[in-house]
Amino acid sequence: MAHVEGQQHPIGIYLKIWGLLFVLSAMSYAVDYFHFQGYLRWFLIIVFMLLKAGLIVAVFMHMMWERLALMYAILVPTLLLMVLLGIGALEADYTFFTRGVFFVKGLL
Amino acid sequence: MTQANPTSSAQALPLPEGVQGIVADWSSDQRAFKNVPWGKAMMWIFLLSDTFIFSSFLISYMTVRMSTTEPWPNVSEVFALTLFGRKIPLILIAIMTFVLISSSGTMAMAVKFGYEKNRRMTFILLLITAALGATFVGMQAFEWTKLIVDEGIRPWGNPLGAAQFGSTFFMITGFHGTHVSIGVIFLIIIAIKVIRGDLDHERPGFLTGRKGKYEIVEIMGLYWHFVDLVWVFIFAVFYLW
Repeated sequence: MAHVEGQQHPIGIYLKIWGLLFVLSAMSYAVDYFHFQGYLRWFLIIVFMLLKAGLIVAVFMHMMWERLALMYAILVPTLLLMVLLGIGALEADYTFFTRGVFFVKGLL
Repeated sequence: MTQANPTSSAQALPLPEGVQGIVADWSSDQRAFKNVPWGKAMMWIFLLSDTFIFSSFLISYMTVRMSTTEPWPNVSEVFALTLFGRKIPLILIAIMTFVLISSSGTMAMAVKFGYEKNRRMTFILLLITAALGATFVGMQAFEWTKLIVDEGIRPWGNPLGAAQFGSTFFMITGFHGTHVSIGVIFLIIIAIKVIRGDLDHERPGFLTGRKGKYEIVEIMGLYWHFVDLVWVFIFAVFYLW
């Protein structure tokens, strides 16, 4: 075993992804610098965040060249976090509402 | 350390691809992750657990931020720096982001040169990665000092608004900074192993009887890229929100 287990890829792809990550970071910084607000701000921040995360995992961590068995073992459990995210958001809305009713005069 | 596993068919049979491949890889009492050294599979599983830790932090941060009735401090201004007589918002964090991304780039190249058994280049790139990581931690120390000493921000409260700002900030960036610091230490250890030729001569490492191999550079790389990955999320949800 263990003769074809390394990951060998041309250096160009790393340099290209590196450049792309720089551009994406500069763009997400620009979102703050130029004071984008509201849904547009949120949309841009999350798109740039997910693009950067995807590029790092796929290319730098070599996930795109791994077998599906490993890919699914790592990525599918991560998706479960969406449930926690949803629960957190629901709970926060409820807590905010209750605090508004009981503690803060004139918030609602 | 012989790997003569009689049930292994990783090389003997062609491996099926796609969904069929997943079923075949996981079935019938064999090694599930083919073409991956077990150290690398273990690092991936460790990173999965670390993903859950950081996600719990970030999601609880979201929950407390959404539920507080006090105003949240203006993050863009808190992390502004005055450079050349002009106040630039969030500039320190932007520089930290670029430093960490650059270190990820040099790490990826170190892995590539490692598998080519180019000892010198691997060593140099690992050291550059460690230096960039140390720079990042240094800038974070500067940021913490500025917040604690100049702005009076504490984990239990601050003069700018919601108390939750301090507690989540110190917890999340503190935990991330610890990861970076540990990464720098291990980068230096791996760099020394590389330049000494431990991996070329397959010398066993400290605390283990396993032979040294260049795959440890890639496993180190996985950890390092993960640290960068976490920063991507912290940057987006903590500093840009």
